[in-house]
Amino acid sequence: MLERIHKAQTVMDAACKTLGRQINIMEVCGTHTVAIFRNGIRSTLPKRLKLLSGPGCPVCVTDQSYIDVVLQMADRDDCVIATYGDMIRVPGKGGSLETKNTKTNVKIVLSSEDALQLAKDNPGKTVVFVAVGFETTAPATAVVVKEAAEQNIDNFCILSGHKLVVPAMRALVSEKNHNIDAFLCPGHVSVIIGYGAFAEIVEHFSRPCVVAGFEPLQIIEGLAEICRQLSAGKAELKSVYPAVVSERGNTTAQKIMAECFEEADGYWRGLGKIEKSTLKLRDKYSRFDALKRFNMTEVPGEDTSGCRCGEVLCGLIEPPECSLFKKACTTESPVGPCMVSSEGACAAWFKYGPER
Amino acid sequence: MCLAIPARIVELEKDNAVVDAMGNRWRAKTTLLPEAKLGDLVLIHAGFAISLVDEEEAKETWQLLAEIADFDQTKNKLSG
Repeated sequence: MLERIHKAQTVMDAACKTLGRQINIMEVCGTHTVAIFRNGIRSTLPKRLKLLSGPGCPVCVTDQSYIDVVLQMADRDDCVIATYGDMIRVPGKGGSLETKNTKTNVKIVLSSEDALQLAKDNPGKTVVFVAVGFETTAPATAVVVKEAAEQNIDNFCILSGHKLVVPAMRALVSEKNHNIDAFLCPGHVSVIIGYGAFAEIVEHFSRPCVVAGFEPLQIIEGLAEICRQLSAGKAELKSVYPAVVSERGNTTAQKIMAECFEEADGYWRGLGKIEKSTLKLRDKYSRFDALKRFNMTEVPGEDTSGCRCGEVLCGLIEPPECSLFKKACTTESPVGPCMVSSEGACAAWFKYGPER
Repeated sequence: MCLAIPARIVELEKDNAVVDAMGNRWRAKTTLLPEAKLGDLVLIHAGFAISLVDEEEAKETWQLLAEIADFDQTKNKLSG
């Protein structure tokens, strides 16, 4: 193992020397961010190799307008909110799901199936499933929406905040002033979409895309593979996670997702409106759309004053550059979503510290 | 949030499974992975099996998760 690490480091050092400038690699996965910090990987990299934590944490990229709608629904006596635990502390207008939970109508679920079961168990209430997550999570939502339709469980609905990774990457490298040389692509999103999904980023934007798993050695070898390509002046598509990631991905999951959802333009925190980057329910399932059920709309709002999560998510600044970091904003009392989520860049910096 | 955990299918009836990882057992669905069979090792995300996984990969991940649990416990002890 040491030999492999040494080999990877040699490749990275050589690339920095050949290019003679800073190399910026963006990871687009909150689990990668945490794994990189937890394993102290940043401190082992050459000084000129910089890692940017991109929009890879679903909680962090969820727009404030979505959070505010969830909180309004939580205020209703006829609703039960079913949410993954990650969302519970995100602050919005007038509190968070955690502080709203005085009426105990907010339930943490581990699976979309649990949310549907809540609806079956509470026929007098409408259960709203807070459906966030990238392509790894969206198929699980699709399955229960189909189930609800088949079984006519009309007191169930979802607020779709599902997002697609590739359109966000495209938006980032379409910006004139972006500083991203390459992407370390998310392992478990790729289990569903397949590594082939990143081809357009490689082909149209000439940015290397390498899919890696979450073990430290794989992350380091993924970074080395990117460096090898950059120093050779190449941009290629590669997976260093062949055990579970194929080129085409999980086609059953893709089919179920496509049956239930269609792509729609949508808002991302920090990135604004991105074309065809979110998933909304198709017309045939629109009766399960919480926005339609309660006749509500998401009004793109302003982020919390002073919070610079948006710039962090685009790789434009590092968390310590935000004046709230470690002062008004801590993991105990978070202001922005990148500090709330355990997978957020700010939380990772806060917990594991600046290594350099 | 997109982390998936390897687990072995120890019970399976239609698409309802019970899976086991390091002695922890819970319910999961195989709807998204219809080819999954009893005894298979699979990756579980948000209650759904999303991929088959081999023994070596599963063991590596379990080992990593155990180390993280140890690390967090040690850290809590140190800070608490």
